[in-house]
Amino acid sequence: MQSGDFRVTYASDERIFETRLPIVALVGLLAALAFVPLVAGTYWLDVLNRIGIAIIGAIGLNILVGFTGQISIGHAAFLAVGAYSTAIFETKAGLPFWLAIPLAAAVTSVFGLVFGVPALRLKGLYLAIATLAAHFITTYGIIHWERMTNGVLGFNVAPATVFGLPLDSDARIFYLIFALVVPAVFFAKNLFRTRVGRAFIAVRDRDVAASVIGVSLYRYKLLAFVISSFYAGVAGGLMAHHSRIVFPDAFSLLVAIDYLAMIIIGGMGSILGSIYGAAFMTLLPEVLKLSATSLTGVYPNAFGLIASARDIVFGLAIIFFLMYEPQGLARIWMRFRSYWKLWPYAY
Amino acid sequence: MSDQIVFLLQLVITGVAVGAVYSLMALGFVLIYKASTVVNFGPGELVLFGAYVAWATILNMKLHLAVALPLTLVVAILLGLVIERGVLRPLIGEPIISVIMVTFGFASVVRGVLNMTWGSDTRPFPALFSSQPFHLGPVPVSPVHLWSFVTVMVLLAAFSLFFKYSLIGTAMRATADNQQVAQSLGVSVKGVFALSWCIATVVSALGGIILGSVRGGVDFSLADYGLKVFPVVILGGLDSVAGVIVSGVIIGVLENLSGGYLDPIFGGGVKEVAPFVVLVLILMIRPYGLFGRKDVERV
Repeated sequence: MQSGDFRVTYASDERIFETRLPIVALVGLLAALAFVPLVAGTYWLDVLNRIGIAIIGAIGLNILVGFTGQISIGHAAFLAVGAYSTAIFETKAGLPFWLAIPLAAAVTSVFGLVFGVPALRLKGLYLAIATLAAHFITTYGIIHWERMTNGVLGFNVAPATVFGLPLDSDARIFYLIFALVVPAVFFAKNLFRTRVGRAFIAVRDRDVAASVIGVSLYRYKLLAFVISSFYAGVAGGLMAHHSRIVFPDAFSLLVAIDYLAMIIIGGMGSILGSIYGAAFMTLLPEVLKLSATSLTGVYPNAFGLIASARDIVFGLAIIFFLMYEPQGLARIWMRFRSYWKLWPYAY
Repeated sequence: MSDQIVFLLQLVITGVAVGAVYSLMALGFVLIYKASTVVNFGPGELVLFGAYVAWATILNMKLHLAVALPLTLVVAILLGLVIERGVLRPLIGEPIISVIMVTFGFASVVRGVLNMTWGSDTRPFPALFSSQPFHLGPVPVSPVHLWSFVTVMVLLAAFSLFFKYSLIGTAMRATADNQQVAQSLGVSVKGVFALSWCIATVVSALGGIILGSVRGGVDFSLADYGLKVFPVVILGGLDSVAGVIVSGVIIGVLENLSGGYLDPIFGGGVKEVAPFVVLVLILMIRPYGLFGRKDVERV
């Protein structure tokens, strides 16, 4: 049995998978994912699809907040720009979805670049407040630039078509979403093995020290905003295709807070954590809904209380995690794993 | 006087009245920041809380105003204590993002509890002041605005005197100036944190009551007024009490003027967004605001 974690080469230090088992497990998981739409009902497919979209968005936010340390309360605005540009490219310019989503993500990146400019002068609280203001300004722009965005009415988005096959059911859109989730996760995972990713972490940990060792704060902060908003753009584009309607209320401040909660609960500065957090935050209202359904027999009013119960549980979850497990579900999973690794000899 | 000038004056007067309420709410926000460098991202929920509790005590439980108002404020103080003791004290010294998120967290809990208890319908709010307008020269002024302005000014004056002359007020200023020195001189810094949260919940509750009676009803959109404290505190300087009093009125007037004159051009809603545009501009040009300390963290 190994008595320590010895890494003698750079290659072994940078390795994503330390043993072969996780690779097998991962391939198995991906293969299983491909068969999910054949067995799962529409309800759970819909939940899975929303989890998939949330994963992409949460990874984007985690790159910015968790890895680069730039606090942004403006993620809902990024998602909105992504969703709206997708809808505009498709309904007004008539582009196919495989062109519209990347273009929308590019537009969102440019938007993120502009959004990130305050980060060059401000940090911490001030940046958070600036992004909060930027969120409101963006929302205003979306509601009032009616010629482009149809105002409060928004858009109906036609289903994406692949080789003449419309992706109009939960099962079909599932493949599109997870075909993007997988590369999104792997890109992010690999990003932090490169110079760029390590520069992000350096900026987060101590910006002055980072700039002393030659990390251009200017460049990497903006780059973090660009990458983060690219992810949000993709997630927004998928949202447009998943719900097939795009309207301003879907991107309120609460959405931005939801995404921040995902990365707090999942684990800041952890790609896996973003996945756990996205799943947790998407499943939370569903679990409440299910328990309300089972409670209606005892307490007929239970269904009407879901929205407020969700707010309360959501707030308590944030408070609980910040107090007792600031590194989130990712940390809990790590502890769980290392416990079983050595079980039953816990030392 | 021409109609246009009357229109302008009316906008200014309403703006001053609403702006004064912003100043009041922002006062609590700044006190918390000065004492503990915590920024409260749930100011709207504190406003909602005060307004709903006041509605419940006055209209639902039919208590006399002289009983209902103090009762509301006592409940607000309790909320402040619970938030400070239960949520923020354990997080002293944690990263900024944690403190920001925890304020979002308790705001969400407060919103959920209010929604669960009283539902989200608009509730009629008792008019504490008559709304029959009187004429100040040619300009019609509604007493609601006048009285809310007077109330706020009296409260702000009382708070200023409290900070300047009372022992507790001095302790609060000492803590804001330098925590360690204050502590070594026997000031209970934790007590000051708790007190600043209590004052914040009380002034937010008062703000909620005044706004509720100005609008004649409470619903969850009242929380949007709470968010206006951000432009106010940034314009005034995040750590300046004098700053928020001035800038609250400035923001109030500015949003009303921009709403009155720019709405026809941009198609409505300018009032809601103008303060945030000012916020971004101030942050880019002068992040310490009009009166703030200049050692603001800059990159």
